[in-house]
Amino acid sequence: MGPHGPSAAEAREKMLEAYPRKTQRKRGKQMLVNESPSTPAEIGANSRTVPGIITQRGCSYAGCKGVVIGPIYDILHITHGPIGCGFYSWLSRRNMTKIRAEGETNYLQYSMSTDMQEDHIVFGGEKQLAQAIQEAYDEFKPKAISVYATCPVGLIGDDIHSVCRTMKEKLGINIFGFSCEGYKGVSQSAGHHIANNGVFKHMIGLDDSPVEHKYKINILGEYNIGGDAWEIDRIFARCGIKIIGTLSGGVSYGDICNCHMADLNVVMCHRSINYMAEMMETKFGIPWFKVNFIGLEGTKKSLRKIAQYFGDKELIDKVEEVIAAEMAEVRPIINDVKTRTTGKTAALFVGGSRAHHYQDLFEDMDMKVIAAGYEFAHRDDYEGRDVLPNIKIDADSRNIEELEVEADPERFNLRKTVDRKKSLEDSGFSFSDYEGMMRQMKKDTLVIDDISHHELEKLIEFYKPDVIGSGIKDKYVIEKMGVPCKQLHSYDYGGPYAGFKGAINFFKEIDRMTSTKVWKLTRAPWHAGAGESPASEEKVPATV
Amino acid sequence: MLDGTTAEIRERKALRINPAKTCQPIGAMYAALGVNKCMPHSHGSQGCCAYHRSHLTRTYKEPVVATTSSFTEGASVFGGLANLQTALDNIFTIYNPDIVAVHTTCLSEVIGDDIPMIIKKSIESGKIPEGKTVIHANTPSFAGSHVTGYANQLEAFVKYLSESTVEEKKNVINLFPGFVDPSDMREIKRLASLVGVEFIMATDTSDVLDSPADGSYHMYPDGGTKIAELKAMGDSFLSLGLGPTGTEAGTKALEKKCNVPFKTLALPIGVSATDEFVDALRLAGDTSVPTELEYERGRLVDMISDMSQYLHNKKVAIFGDPDHLDSMVRFLVEIGMEPAIVITGTPGKKWERQMKELLPNAEVRAFSDMHYMHQWMKNNSVDLLIGNTYGKLVAKAENIPFVRFGFPILDRVGHRAFPFVGYVGAMRLIEKITDQFFDKRDREDPDHETELIF
Repeated sequence: MGPHGPSAAEAREKMLEAYPRKTQRKRGKQMLVNESPSTPAEIGANSRTVPGIITQRGCSYAGCKGVVIGPIYDILHITHGPIGCGFYSWLSRRNMTKIRAEGETNYLQYSMSTDMQEDHIVFGGEKQLAQAIQEAYDEFKPKAISVYATCPVGLIGDDIHSVCRTMKEKLGINIFGFSCEGYKGVSQSAGHHIANNGVFKHMIGLDDSPVEHKYKINILGEYNIGGDAWEIDRIFARCGIKIIGTLSGGVSYGDICNCHMADLNVVMCHRSINYMAEMMETKFGIPWFKVNFIGLEGTKKSLRKIAQYFGDKELIDKVEEVIAAEMAEVRPIINDVKTRTTGKTAALFVGGSRAHHYQDLFEDMDMKVIAAGYEFAHRDDYEGRDVLPNIKIDADSRNIEELEVEADPERFNLRKTVDRKKSLEDSGFSFSDYEGMMRQMKKDTLVIDDISHHELEKLIEFYKPDVIGSGIKDKYVIEKMGVPCKQLHSYDYGGPYAGFKGAINFFKEIDRMTSTKVWKLTRAPWHAGAGESPASEEKVPATV
Repeated sequence: MLDGTTAEIRERKALRINPAKTCQPIGAMYAALGVNKCMPHSHGSQGCCAYHRSHLTRTYKEPVVATTSSFTEGASVFGGLANLQTALDNIFTIYNPDIVAVHTTCLSEVIGDDIPMIIKKSIESGKIPEGKTVIHANTPSFAGSHVTGYANQLEAFVKYLSESTVEEKKNVINLFPGFVDPSDMREIKRLASLVGVEFIMATDTSDVLDSPADGSYHMYPDGGTKIAELKAMGDSFLSLGLGPTGTEAGTKALEKKCNVPFKTLALPIGVSATDEFVDALRLAGDTSVPTELEYERGRLVDMISDMSQYLHNKKVAIFGDPDHLDSMVRFLVEIGMEPAIVITGTPGKKWERQMKELLPNAEVRAFSDMHYMHQWMKNNSVDLLIGNTYGKLVAKAENIPFVRFGFPILDRVGHRAFPFVGYVGAMRLIEKITDQFFDKRDREDPDHETELIF
């Protein structure tokens, strides 16, 4: 991407070279040079992973239970299936949780499963599931139980929903199921959609208790990894904004049942929860827009937009006051860190929003993001929501239920948000917006959807970025090549990275990673090149 | 922590709470990673492969590559033939392994994909290049546990590859190390070399899942059992399997196929189990035990005698894999401790019977879970908990010392570098256990009782 490394187009060609022809065609559509950021080109996204390609993607169950519903701490979660799925999703996403009241149980510390055995596969597992729900109830007396179907459950035809209905009636608590079998869709993304539908059908709107506050909002698509949601809570509390529910990091079942009382939904992770924002607007009239609390500029912009939405001078002033106070703490740190990070390069291959959000933090540090891509996003996450009408629905997506949502005859527009929305729109304020990742990325950077192991290896070989943000499965591949890797799904035990204090944590972390001496130790003194880090050996400043 | 757990025990028939096991394919993947230039392949939807790679990576802090058939709904309905063939084409073209070890998942097991038939068709259609090998293991997750998957993968290597090519068996033994860490595998090899036995170890994750950082990445590190060695196992005169659950399927298959007799020993954890292993090596090699090893043993016994006063009659709750528990429980008894609760998630009536004979007064259960264990602990308190990372929650809830042992260990780093097997491994266990007791005292003793010496 400059005089020293190959151009992005050449790099793309070279990455594709190794593939069989069919795979070349398929992968070629998912790899783009961002030639005109303001009018992003069409990318192949949300399509099947080619079998045999080493992918970082997971499955529908992981998206539903693991990402969206799993973090709700006071629902008792039961995985219906053989033991593996329940076991692997046991606290493995670092959804930080505090119980809210005395006597509550945090069910995230438990992994519950029907542990299906061969005879359940042969004779059906419905009886086992009903019995498991009963036993869970007897043991814990939870407020609600959710049930997740795994691959074999769908194949043998267990009707988990009818079991849930029967048990709901019998036990008198809310019990509901998710048909999120791993083979549904092409990635975690299908599970997000299924989860959104379930939350909407079985929780949202159950509790109409009024919430007395001037500014009431929900944060959608924030999962409290490393305490991100708590940092956002802290800032909002300082500004005087009430968060009813954060879906679904550090949230309670009760919060979710009541969250339709909000005046506004703001969306962090567009991919995992945009369905919910849309459905809540249709049914209750709550407008939404996209925000980003990762990065200083992103956080400031998002806070200002929220204040502008409420349009109250008191809030607008308060937000400015908070920003000024917080920035006073951040400024000396970022100024110091920038003396070492300016001009360094990064690449990001993460989830369904973080590959975009974290570009803000790197921009704060004057670092260049030379390549980025999502693991399981759709075209709108790359190109912006304006492409939604043009997205072709393929067979894998068609199998995911689309809920028919209508305006609630009584509760729609309770908070007169519709008028407010209209007048704001007339003044140029945008709602239901997401401009996508490619518009923010620089010209001639690489955009790679569902990056494969091979492409990642090539990318490092060509450009040797100073840091790569990725996940656990490729972390040590990257580090073996002498490039530090920051896990941006789970944060490597660290965080928070959201908001102002989070930004400070991240700046310090990247400063450490890009200046650590460890990579210089990879060669012993008796070998040539000792004392040089592999990444800096043929340092090619990428000119983007 | 685990605030919903009470001391009241209700027998559960259908609900597993906090499992002490996981599913077969991760064991198969681990076993396959121990073969040189082998790509483990998960035949099913891609979530399984992602979960297994994540957990193995978190355990070993090393690259764990594996491929998947990436089933979507179509493949689940029409069968996985096309997906597996496409996968093999891609795998050999892009990643060029010498061998692909396919294991099944719940999904491909339920739809009943005939993997040998798919392999045969793939050879016929040229999807498997000449000179390359594809094998398979059936690893349904609704039977057994991760240890069963490990055993089934080893059995598959034997069934597909091992050959009997000579009249008179060679003076070589086969070592099946069981589902232990790379550091343990390295130690098992060191012991065999010290005793002077010629051996083939199958499989071997040392130098694969603990490869050096030298600035370059190798998809296939130098370590691992070579295909030629897996073939040659049929010409060895004896197999030693360490732990029946992890190794008997493989050693038995080798006996059946190539007429190689086998002996099943316990995993060499603790004094007597290591003694038995060393002695079996000595007999097999017709050699003698070197002084160096005698000294190691002596240093271990010395350490046990030094620490005996702090260990004597201390009650232990322990959970893990059956073979690990067999040896570890014996070791705990050897050093004067009292295993009071012993559970495994892996099914095994025979294991349960044998363990109960050894420990008539303990709560012993196979096919059980950590929730029961925790409840038994609430009813009869113990001084120490031993088990994998997930035990941390129970140890925290009960504020008792905790020693990490078994699989997976996601939150500490030492286990992949330092063995628990052999005499040095046992010394490390003593260190871990006593340090935990001392650390707790140092943390909790009032100032006027805090001591610097013991």
